[in-house]
Amino acid sequence: MSNQLFRAMLQSIIDGAPDKAAELAQQALAKGVDPLEAVNRGFAVGITFAGQQFGCGEMFLPDLLASAEAMKAALKILEPEMLKRGSERKALGKIVLGTARGDIHDIGKNLVATVLSASGFQIFDLGTSVTAEQFVAKAKEVDADIVGVSALLTTTMAGQKAVIDALDRNGLRPRVKAIIGGAAVTSKWAAEIGADGYSRNAIDALELAKNLMGRVTSKLTSKGTALA
Amino acid sequence: MRPRIQLLSPELIGRILREAFELLMNPGVRVGSAAVELLRSARVEAEVEVGVAAGVADNDGMARIPERLVRQCLASAPRDFYLYNRQGEKAVHYGGDDVHFDPGSCCVQMLDPETLEARPSETRDLVRIVQVTETLPQFAAQSTAVVCSDALLSNDACNGKHAPSAIGDLYRLFVVLQHSDKPVVTGSFSAAGLEGMIDLLAADSGSPEKLRREPRAVFDVCPSPPLNWSEFGSHNLIDLARAGVPAEIVSMPLAGGTAPVTLAGSVTQHAAEVLAGITLHQLAGPGSPVVWGGAPAIFDMRTGGAPMGAVETAMLNMACAEVGKHLGLPTHGYLVATDSKLVDAQAGAESARSAILGALAGINMISGAGMLESLACFSVEKLVIDAESIASAYRLARGIEVRGEDVRGEKVPSETLATAMFAQTGLSGEFLQLKETRALFRQEQHLPSPVIDRSARGSEPASDVFTRARTRVDELVGKYRKPSLSEDVLRKFQAIVDREADRAGVEGTESGKNVGAAQATK
Repeated sequence: MSNQLFRAMLQSIIDGAPDKAAELAQQALAKGVDPLEAVNRGFAVGITFAGQQFGCGEMFLPDLLASAEAMKAALKILEPEMLKRGSERKALGKIVLGTARGDIHDIGKNLVATVLSASGFQIFDLGTSVTAEQFVAKAKEVDADIVGVSALLTTTMAGQKAVIDALDRNGLRPRVKAIIGGAAVTSKWAAEIGADGYSRNAIDALELAKNLMGRVTSKLTSKGTALA
Repeated sequence: MRPRIQLLSPELIGRILREAFELLMNPGVRVGSAAVELLRSARVEAEVEVGVAAGVADNDGMARIPERLVRQCLASAPRDFYLYNRQGEKAVHYGGDDVHFDPGSCCVQMLDPETLEARPSETRDLVRIVQVTETLPQFAAQSTAVVCSDALLSNDACNGKHAPSAIGDLYRLFVVLQHSDKPVVTGSFSAAGLEGMIDLLAADSGSPEKLRREPRAVFDVCPSPPLNWSEFGSHNLIDLARAGVPAEIVSMPLAGGTAPVTLAGSVTQHAAEVLAGITLHQLAGPGSPVVWGGAPAIFDMRTGGAPMGAVETAMLNMACAEVGKHLGLPTHGYLVATDSKLVDAQAGAESARSAILGALAGINMISGAGMLESLACFSVEKLVIDAESIASAYRLARGIEVRGEDVRGEKVPSETLATAMFAQTGLSGEFLQLKETRALFRQEQHLPSPVIDRSARGSEPASDVFTRARTRVDELVGKYRKPSLSEDVLRKFQAIVDREADRAGVEGTESGKNVGAAQATK
């Protein structure tokens, strides 16, 4: 019975159907299914599958976004119950995200936020045209594990270096990892400005963040890595 | 008959414009504070509703621009204008169905022909691109093609090697003007950068009045999709209009990303953005030359990038230009670029295809040649290969013509297409000897450079097009002659660059060193 329910959950994520996912989450609670199990054996399997399908070119960005939305809808219902039971899903890590100063392009950054958030990271999205000081302040405030800076324009890429330099100046690195992305960004640029990582798309960013979390002073519980 | 391709029916153009005008009222357009002021002080003040936009800086506004005001501004925009070369000759005609090409612009990476890797572009790269462009008749204009990472004059926190410096825009134009007589398609990186660039052009022309009368350059100005004329963009439009220097509005909706996924929907958004831009521009300087331009593209659903080589991207450029033509405005598009990282078969296929489509659409200025990797990287070898595609596109656009004959100094259409020639040859097949053949083959055929291989297989191993392009680039650079500028103009150039460098807070020694380096380059 539960297996069937888990399969339906998985499918609702693959289909990118938020209403269906929410309905299944409700059903699970009504039937007394452990919400953490509903995530780990149902919904999260779906998001992992969607990521793989995207990676091999079977799914596309709109599909992936819909899957992430469905995941969010399910978590919205399950999380309060998990909290009540004290079995909340530990965040994989805390990530401060934003677009570099002077840059107002945020499609890529939003995709990354959605995918990482759906996959269990806690995201603090500072929006667009964010200064180095704002990144540093937020990273301190939330005790971030990772800071991600996006830049689309060749003219604003320099802002990524400014953030990394500011993290250094404030003594936040190497504990806080800095990652960058954006259309004009290359791994070479990442290396040149001393970033801890770079990814070409949201799914690669998820892999990158997971890998980096392995290198961050571990704050994770075994539950926290359940999605990894 | 000149062949042409049209993608939009008159009915569809009508719908596109109707919805574009609707968008200008609802949701309206975000505009920078300079534009807010302008719209408020417009005589038609009562018609324009300007409010503070949600989620933008306090001084930015949300403008609802009524169709009547836009129509009024469209009426004052010139239907055509010329760009002039240094000799004062008309070199580019923006208007009608005339087609011109210029290299792509503002790249930060250069493909190294030895290693086939991308590296930060430098002054020597820009000079080489300008030299090659100068020698190729396929390019009616130069562009400020690459950012010069070695001309790093900025002393702010962002002194990373790829970062364009505070006066990187001015510096690029400075390098191009020293090495070329052709008109220039350029643009500034900031509201402040424009002034120095206009001063540089005025120094080149002799005076601001001469520049206004015979403009040498056109400036790309970009709205941010969707429907946002930022402070920087608004400012540039207004300043250009007041200086009477041509502005090229480059709206770049990404279908499915920053614009509706349908091509028709993105063309509609493009129209709304350009209409808003023309309104600001013409309010600031009625009658100032302005171009209905763009770099629209689809949004790649796998990578999230903007695939410039996609056929749908070409379709968007063609359709946007059709709307501009319908309004009687000069047009621009961004084609002849590729998404490939190497100068390979994909690069050739995508670039040649869009060169042909752009020419058949009659787009006045087509930017993008030489560009790889969705506009992230430039290759001068690709530029000479693209020149061949462009020549083919020009040939195709001329269509099949009935040749004239010289009769007592007057051109009259040939009486026959073939029979007169057969009357001379009979069935001998000896057409090569005919005087008609010699007189007409240069018009009938595009004669490609050695970049295009049509030779029979010899004893040498066959070479690929990239190898031949490298040789061709060297030949063209050898053929190039640097224009001679008067000492007086050079001194003025130098003074402007120094002044702007000082203004940007750049150390004198730094700028002096770099500027000197640029001049020393042949």
